Amino acid sequence: MSYLELENLTRHFVKKEGVFVKRKTTVKAVDGVSLSIEKGEILGLVGESGCGKSTLSRLVMQLLAPTSGSVVLEGERLADLPRDEIRKRRRDFQMIFQDPYASLNPRMTVFSTLAEAILTRHPEWKDDSDPLEKAVSKLMERVGLDSRYVRKYPHEFSGGQRQRIAIARALGPEPKLILADEPVSALDVSIQSQILNLLRQLRDELDLTMIFISHDLSVVRYIADRIAVMDEGKIVEVGEANSLFEDPKSETAKTLLAAIPKIAYGTG
Amino acid sequence: MALLEVNDLRTYFHTRDGIVRAVDGVSFDVEAGQTVGIVGESGSGKSVTCYSLLGLIPQPPGKIEGGTAKFGDLDLLSMSERELRSIRGSKVGLIFQDPMTSLNPYLKISTQLIEPLLIHRQISKSEALARAIDELAAVGIPDPEKRIHSYPHEFSGGMRQRVMIAMALITRPEILIADEPTTALDVTIQRQVLDLIKARQEELGTAVIFITHDLAVVSEVCDYVNVMYAGRFVERADVETLFTKPRHAYTRALQRSIPAMQAKGETLYTIPGLPPNLASEVTGCAFAPRCKNAEGDPPHSVGRPDLAELESGHWVQECPGCLAAPIS
Repeated sequence: MSYLELENLTRHFVKKEGVFVKRKTTVKAVDGVSLSIEKGEILGLVGESGCGKSTLSRLVMQLLAPTSGSVVLEGERLADLPRDEIRKRRRDFQMIFQDPYASLNPRMTVFSTLAEAILTRHPEWKDDSDPLEKAVSKLMERVGLDSRYVRKYPHEFSGGQRQRIAIARALGPEPKLILADEPVSALDVSIQSQILNLLRQLRDELDLTMIFISHDLSVVRYIADRIAVMDEGKIVEVGEANSLFEDPKSETAKTLLAAIPKIAYGTG
Repeated sequence: MALLEVNDLRTYFHTRDGIVRAVDGVSFDVEAGQTVGIVGESGSGKSVTCYSLLGLIPQPPGKIEGGTAKFGDLDLLSMSERELRSIRGSKVGLIFQDPMTSLNPYLKISTQLIEPLLIHRQISKSEALARAIDELAAVGIPDPEKRIHSYPHEFSGGMRQRVMIAMALITRPEILIADEPTTALDVTIQRQVLDLIKARQEELGTAVIFITHDLAVVSEVCDYVNVMYAGRFVERADVETLFTKPRHAYTRALQRSIPAMQAKGETLYTIPGLPPNLASEVTGCAFAPRCKNAEGDPPHSVGRPDLAELESGHWVQECPGCLAAPIS
């Protein structure tokens, strides 16, 4: 049994149309997705916009209930759990979003942002500032931020540093799975590499399990162990990252690969 | 003589924190039909360069401190707002990064698409509408007679960018300025939009100034590339030279840091540090603090280095430290 299993996960949205005569149309946003992810693995998830990547990630995050199928984490079927248990499990899943400008609360200092995240796992530190402060400093150092900046606000940081704060916040509750949704798309090339290096380093140090969603295949190839290609709600191809690049089987993968702008000149 | 000759353009912003030298002495030419790229990180001044040419800099706090931009007999930088209005959208077209925010959500595509024709070309509304339908067909919008009466929200992101391209080209401008036109789109749509811009350019002979931070896109669409750093060009060359024989440390470092160029599992090459804060005056070589050759052997330029033409058409900032810096 794998660390995380998605079993025939399906989510349909019913759209009601018409004023007098009601018609129902069903949109199969996620349509029978089965995937397994091992502990410490980075799975890349790629596909065009509208293919169901975001719906799938919301299902995994337990933000949406599946129409059928289930998410199994360490042998525990999450759909069978009562609601308040699911709430407790939610800290096991953390997200890193695309835009570090929009995903941090501008009125909270780095300390309060990170402390809030840590307290979900260690509520006993609420009235005990000493271990909490230590944990915040440790977290900041882990993602390469100077812990002297702990009282600063998000606007005082650059885009790359903000993404580091967002990553630290995701690590705060000691999650079992991190879902990174286009975490480097909004960043400049030189900053992109810094964040990708950080994510890899964290995976090695903490044995993190990650689903990495991106439309930039060259980035996914670099960071992911395996890549899953999605189209119209279905997984059309899963494979080891390099072999999928060299020998794509599905039409979707071929189209996506052909679309990447390439540097036509050998550099050096 | 080139179609557009920009000479020593300087645009400063006078803010409470001091004078921000966003563009500090930039010169480039655009030949008819050519695609000229301006590439750099965010905040390097690439957009300000182009907006200065069209008088789109908010003044104050912005101010064009000097330079000329010869466009035929005209100097774009010394024209009045009234005169500029007859150029913008007529002789120079513009496409922005985000097609979601650059179309008016309250107006039908038809109204927005014929507007430049009604303003700049004295033709009737029905004639303009016919031209607009042809233009939509040319950018690959299916069923243009019907779709022209839709509102922007009825189009997808890629389709909206096509509408923007149609709108920018409907007056047959001599120059099209494209400011990160594909950054907000996903790969397959990006591919379609890049191909479309190229096809339309070849058909109409329009010159394009292409602003982007994506080197791979630059290598595909541009004929000539200007690499911008801290308000100045550090290297200028035709696209092949720039990618096969880059000389400046910044250009080489940028190319090294593209993930696609590196083997899997290897730690990615990164440029340490951040670009300089332009609110304080940069003396000497702006890239020196981030250069692998930070110790300076040979030393970095003490004054701000000027561009020197190393080979015909290949200009590099003459800073001994940056030229000699090892990368890796």
